Amino acid sequence: MKVTVAVLLVYVHTAGLLFDVPRLNILNETIRALYFHVPMWFGMFFLYSLSIYYAIRYLLNPLEEYDIRSVEFAHVGTAFGILGLLTGMLWARYTWGAFWHGDPKQTNSAITLLIYLAYFVLRASLENQEQRARLSAVYNVFAFAAMIPLIFIIPRLQSSMHPGSGGNPGFNIYDTDSSMLIVFYPAVIGWFLTGYWIANLRIRVRKLRLIDIAS
Amino acid sequence: MSNLLVLLRKEFTLELRRKSVISGIGLYLFSLVFICYITFNLRQNVISPATWSALFWLVILFSAVNTVAKSFIGEKPGALVYLYMTAGAHEIIISKILYNFILCLLLALVGYGLFTIFVKNPVTDQTVFLTGLALTCLGFAASLSLISGIAAKARNSHVLMAVLSFPVLIGILLMAIRITKNAVDGLEASASQDELLNLLAINLISGALSYLLFPYIWRS
Repeated sequence: MKVTVAVLLVYVHTAGLLFDVPRLNILNETIRALYFHVPMWFGMFFLYSLSIYYAIRYLLNPLEEYDIRSVEFAHVGTAFGILGLLTGMLWARYTWGAFWHGDPKQTNSAITLLIYLAYFVLRASLENQEQRARLSAVYNVFAFAAMIPLIFIIPRLQSSMHPGSGGNPGFNIYDTDSSMLIVFYPAVIGWFLTGYWIANLRIRVRKLRLIDIAS
Repeated sequence: MSNLLVLLRKEFTLELRRKSVISGIGLYLFSLVFICYITFNLRQNVISPATWSALFWLVILFSAVNTVAKSFIGEKPGALVYLYMTAGAHEIIISKILYNFILCLLLALVGYGLFTIFVKNPVTDQTVFLTGLALTCLGFAASLSLISGIAAKARNSHVLMAVLSFPVLIGILLMAIRITKNAVDGLEASASQDELLNLLAINLISGALSYLLFPYIWRS
């Protein structure tokens, strides 16, 4: 998996910076952010989905392993979210003129990160391991449900300057030039795998520590 | 069903018996409104409707979080054990949600009244506004009851209550503010229909999740 990730991401970075891109008004060269910014959000959502999946598994069958998996996927997902926000801010600096523009998409993604930071605060303030695992699993499910309207419903109700909404030239899969897709799809897969790989490393370290303590 | 009624009645009796709590909440609300009044020096009618709705919802949010927080935080451990033995988890969460809903609604209506007296009342479409208010209170009660149950188990639960609930409530709050804006601008009721339905959907989701997830908290 490591090798696949390395190959994919090296390809994405060279191709993403060198290949030809369609010329669109305002966006110009910044359209290349599609290869680096959008996969971060996809990756975040993918990792949070895994996190909630293991949270539900934990509630149904309380094994410590599920708890470790749930929290580590949330950790890496949050890292992806922060990177997504930062790359988005960088992009906004050059197209909208300011790092922080108060666009609904920016605000709502910041709130999403707040929700997951609250999840970590909750974990930190519970001492009993079993209680921490169960309560944070409950909050994880609840937080994920609260995140869905923030990301998918509310931005569509408000006017936004983000590409893909309100008639702005979009990064929509449908109107993205097919020459971009040959970089975009590998980028998404590459970052998914990267996230999964990092999370798995962390999970294995946690499990080894657990064995260490037990012996 | 009969258990539910008994539990609800128990909440009300307890609440009325400890008058210090309910009057404390009332005073909290009044102080918040008064702080808004003084800091903005609102008598000159300079406040724009947008500021009005921001202030109003902040006051309601803060008092609702504080009110619902006490539904599990601060309960005596003995009382919780007794409840655990006598009633099912589902009945308890439903009775808590209903009770908190009624309390929040009362609080919001009193807050609305206080705002009308001290600040002003720019709302032109009362029906839409009050429907939105009721739905928002239901959403607050449904989410906050569960979160209060989580926070009660942790150290420094009052801080945690705020940290856990604010991001979750923002979705509801955004809808409420949009409805308020429509009601202030006096748009026809059909304009706010989408928002009201969205709010209802969010309420249903958070209510259902509270119902499903509460047994896992309750067991500990």
